[in-house]
Amino acid sequence: MTDLAIQIDGLRFAWKGNAPVLDVPAFTLARGERLFLRGPSGSGKSTLLGVIAGVLEADAGKVSVLGQDLASLSSSARDRMRADHLGVIFQMFNLVPYLSVVGNVTLPLKFSAARRKAVGGDAEAEAKRLLGRLGLTDEALLERRVSDLSVGQQQRVAAARALIGAPEIVIADEPTSALDADARDRFITLLSEEAARTGAALLFVSHDASLARLFDRAVDLAEINRAGVKA
Amino acid sequence: MSAVLSLAWKSLMNRKGSVILTLVAVALSVALFLGVDKARTGAREGFGNTISGTDLIVGAPTGSVNLLLYSVFRMGNATAEVSWPTYQKIADRPDVAWTVPISLGDSHRGFRVLGTTNDYFVHYKYGRRQPLKLAEGAEFSDLFDAVIGADVARELGYEIGTPLVLSHGLGAASLGAGHENRPFRVVGILAPTGTPVDRTVHVSLEAITAIHVGWETGAKNPLADTINEKMIRSFDLTPKTITAFFVGLERKGTILTTRRAINTNKGEPLMAIIPGEALAELWSVTAFAERALMAVSVFVIAVGLVSILTSILTSLNERRREMSILRAVGARPGHIFSLLVLEAGLVGFLGAVVGILLIHAILLVAGPMVEARYGVSLAGTGPGLTDLYTLLAVTLASLLIGMVPAWAAFRRSLADGLSVKV
Repeated sequence: MTDLAIQIDGLRFAWKGNAPVLDVPAFTLARGERLFLRGPSGSGKSTLLGVIAGVLEADAGKVSVLGQDLASLSSSARDRMRADHLGVIFQMFNLVPYLSVVGNVTLPLKFSAARRKAVGGDAEAEAKRLLGRLGLTDEALLERRVSDLSVGQQQRVAAARALIGAPEIVIADEPTSALDADARDRFITLLSEEAARTGAALLFVSHDASLARLFDRAVDLAEINRAGVKA
Repeated sequence: MSAVLSLAWKSLMNRKGSVILTLVAVALSVALFLGVDKARTGAREGFGNTISGTDLIVGAPTGSVNLLLYSVFRMGNATAEVSWPTYQKIADRPDVAWTVPISLGDSHRGFRVLGTTNDYFVHYKYGRRQPLKLAEGAEFSDLFDAVIGADVARELGYEIGTPLVLSHGLGAASLGAGHENRPFRVVGILAPTGTPVDRTVHVSLEAITAIHVGWETGAKNPLADTINEKMIRSFDLTPKTITAFFVGLERKGTILTTRRAINTNKGEPLMAIIPGEALAELWSVTAFAERALMAVSVFVIAVGLVSILTSILTSLNERRREMSILRAVGARPGHIFSLLVLEAGLVGFLGAVVGILLIHAILLVAGPMVEARYGVSLAGTGPGLTDLYTLLAVTLASLLIGMVPAWAAFRRSLADGLSVKV
């Protein structure tokens, strides 16, 4: 057992045949820590998240998630690791269009026995509890098609999905870029609170440096990534 | 797997419009395939059920299919006849239990006339050895009595006692070439059998001789009309020839030796056929056309399946984001693969189910009409193993075809990673 949720040593990554996108000598995220990772678009943020989530393989270096070296895992073991321990929130269009709000929130439970176990019996009740915490209490709203929800509501549904089953790490990739300032601060506060409640480490990525004040610690990707690509 | 199945189902329901179109294409193709198959089986069964309990059919040498067709199915014509003494010689053989002579060549308003004896009603059997039954009236007792099939009675509106006039040859209404001077009377109407018997007018062999008095040259002798009925009745009306005869044997075991004996008959050459064998030969003739028809309907199913492929492949681009989301929440590439395979399988399965229901609904409604019009019974073709096998085959084929888009999505989901492109 390690105190580190994520630990990166000498990570290098390049898309096939291109110049390196990532050259990260060191990066860590402690368990339960709420970290703000600043980086303009095209700085390799999404690629870094892909590597951490285990869908992209590093060319060199070591990436450990919860003490597990990803390189030592098979791709299906990495998929299981992601299903069990990672919650992900995207910039937008987070939801599966043909599932209900609750169906979207409980989706990770279909792929992870560990998170099913963490939730216990009633997945729907837990989904509604999380949605309620994030300010989505209106039952009628929960019945609507997800495409009828506002962007802010969609992002909160995505947050509930990332948090359900108490994964150790929640990754948010520019989740607030489509929200106005008020909604953005409220969203981050709610997300932080809920992450704190479940004990999840929060890795929040954004180009907007003004958000850094809402987190325990802030890191600039340009500082830790020597590849420093600008697209 | 059940998680992915429910995802596949919800995903399909979300695209109801295009899914229903695809489903209809599959359903129609399956219905066509099964319809062709059922018509084929129905026709075979109908033909196969037309005669049973008869061991041999004997006629003048011709093709065995031809003999079967004209003697049993009233199709085509005999090229030669069998003389009465030769018939009697065979009938007297010790291994022959019974014989039924038949004489064809005349018609009544488009229906064939069959001259025979009352033994016909005893020995001719159809289906599962069912004998002919009279719905009304009796067998013939007088020279000019006729027993008509169910269709004849229904289509012409004939009842017991209705007079009828036979025509020489098969013309529907050959005036002047008819036997107007020898009117018959309906004395019996047979119950429906679903065989050509329903479309036959039965008279006695003697009556056939009687109406042809004066026709010995093949055309009507001007003097024929001067012979009145009383004179005819005084004639010896034993036929000189018959068209063919049905034979029942004392013991089934002798069927091959008896047939050989008849086929090598000294004097007048004869030909004996076993009905089942001749039917098999008939099927080998029609098998080519049947196979072509089945092949066409299999290709129609293939087109239906390709429409599944097209609809899923075209949806893949817009679903790229959905796949990334699923990957992000922990779906393995295998899940993405099986999601698309299952979607294809579900559409194929449901399409086949709808197609099967459709064809059975059609058969239920149209079956009686087809039977009335073409004599092909589709009633015995209720849901059966063929439907089940078709359902399984179509479902399996759609699962296989689903692997094409599934493979594409699988590859793409590996390449896309988590980066969801807008």
